[in-house]
Amino acid sequence: MAEILEKVKIEEKEPLFGPKEKKLLLDPLMDVNPITVQILGVCSALAITSLVYPSVVMAISVIFVTAFANLFTSLVREYIPKQVRMIVQLVIIATLVTIVELGLKALNFPIYKQLSVYIGLIITNCIVMGRLEAFAMANKPWRSFLDGIGNGLGYGAILIIVAIIREILGKGTLFAGSPVEIKIIGNNTTYLIDTTTSTMFGWYANNNLMVLPAAALFIIGILIWIHRTINPKLVDIS
Amino acid sequence: MESSNKYIITFIIIMTVVAAVSLAGMRELTLAISTKNEEIFNKRSVLLTVNDYLGKGINVNNLSDEEVLKMFKNQVEQVVLNLDGEVVPNVLAEKVDLAVEKKKAEVDRLLPLFVFNSEKEKFYILSVRGSGLWDEIWGNIAVKSDLNTIAGVTFDHKGETPGLGAEIKDNPSFPGQFIGKQIFKDGEVAVLVRKGGSQDTTYEVDGISGATITCDGVTEMLQRGIAYYLPYLETIEN
Repeated sequence: MAEILEKVKIEEKEPLFGPKEKKLLLDPLMDVNPITVQILGVCSALAITSLVYPSVVMAISVIFVTAFANLFTSLVREYIPKQVRMIVQLVIIATLVTIVELGLKALNFPIYKQLSVYIGLIITNCIVMGRLEAFAMANKPWRSFLDGIGNGLGYGAILIIVAIIREILGKGTLFAGSPVEIKIIGNNTTYLIDTTTSTMFGWYANNNLMVLPAAALFIIGILIWIHRTINPKLVDIS
Repeated sequence: MESSNKYIITFIIIMTVVAAVSLAGMRELTLAISTKNEEIFNKRSVLLTVNDYLGKGINVNNLSDEEVLKMFKNQVEQVVLNLDGEVVPNVLAEKVDLAVEKKKAEVDRLLPLFVFNSEKEKFYILSVRGSGLWDEIWGNIAVKSDLNTIAGVTFDHKGETPGLGAEIKDNPSFPGQFIGKQIFKDGEVAVLVRKGGSQDTTYEVDGISGATITCDGVTEMLQRGIAYYLPYLETIEN
C-alpha cells in the first residue's frame, strides 16, 4: 500500500513540460523524422509538394489531426479491444477529419475549397495511423498529444523543404497562390503556364521534371542521404 | 488484452453510435451556413467571369458576401433552357445543378444561363461541366454580345492535384488566357487548350505543364458544353 502511494507521488511530481516532453516534440524533427527515417507519409509528400503554399496548409492540417487523433486514442486506449484496434483507430481519424471538414465548410469556405483533396489525403496518411499504433496506444494523453504535434512538425518540415526546392526550380516562384506570392522569374506574366519560355535570371530554364511527383522522390532520396551522412547512427548496417 | 466477442461487439456498436451521432449533429449544425457559403461562392464565380467589365476599381474578389448577392440580384438575369434552345419558364438558373442534369435523359436536361447586364453591354454566361483527372471539373464562360468573343472564364474542380491540375482554378493566369479568344469557327466550337503551347492564338490557349489530362478535360468540357447552347445562341443572333 505504501509503495503504491509513493508511486503516485512520484508521478505527480513530474513536470507538465519537462525534458521528456521536449524530446517528444523535437525528436521527430531530426532523429526520428517520420519521412526521412521512418519513411512514412511519403505518398502525400510526393503528390502535393509542387507548390509551397498548399504544403504549408497540408502540414498544419496534419499536425492538427495527428495531435487530436493521438489524444483521443490515448484517452480510450485501455478500453479498445486488441483484435479490432486498427478499425477503432481508423474510425477516430475519419470522424475527426470529417468534423474538421464540416466545420471548415461552415466557417471558412474559401479555405475549405483550397483544402478539398487534402482532407481525404489526411485520413489515409500513414503517419497518423502509425503514431496511433506505435505511441498513443501505450502512452498517456498529454504525451500522446505532444508526440502527435512533434510528428506533424517533422512531416511538415520535410514537406516544406521539398516544396521550396520544387517550386523554385520547377516554376520560378515561391508561395504562389498565397497572399505573399514571390515571382523569382521577374515580369513574365505567363510564368506559371508555359514553363519552357520563361527563364530565371536570364539563364536558368525551368525544369519541368520538378513539377512532376517523380522529382519529389529524388529530392526526398537526397534528403535521406544527407540526413544519414550527418547522423551515421541512422544507417542500417545489417 | 484479449477481449471476448461480446465486449468487442458492444464496443464497436457504442463507437459507431458515438461517431454517427457526432457527425450527423455536426452536419445538421453547419448545413444552413455551408449551403449559403456555397451559394455565395457560386455566384461570385459567375460574376468573376465579367470582372473586367464591372467598372473601374471593382474586383469581385474584394466584394463582401452581401455585395456579391446584391450585384447578382440587380444585374444578373436568370434563364433556363432545354437542349433545343427553348426557354423553360418558372425555373431559376441558380437552382439548376449540372451534376444532376448530367444523369438525366437528354430530352429532360436543363441548361442554366446567366445574362449579365452592364451599363454598355450584355454578357451571356454559360455553364459547363466535365471530367478532369481525378474527379469532375466545371466552369462558367462569359460571352460578349457578339456571341463569339470570350469576356472571361472561371474554372473549379473537385479533386485535381494541387500545383498541377488544380492550377486551372488556383492560378489566375490560366483562366486569364481565355479573355478575348474566339469560340466559334464555321459554326463549331473551336476554342481549346493545347499541350506544348497554343498555335492558333485566335482560338487556342497554352496547356499547363504536368496537367495534360486535366487540360484535355477542359477542352472536352468546353467543346461539348458550349455546343449545348448553340441552338439558343442562334435564335438570339437572328
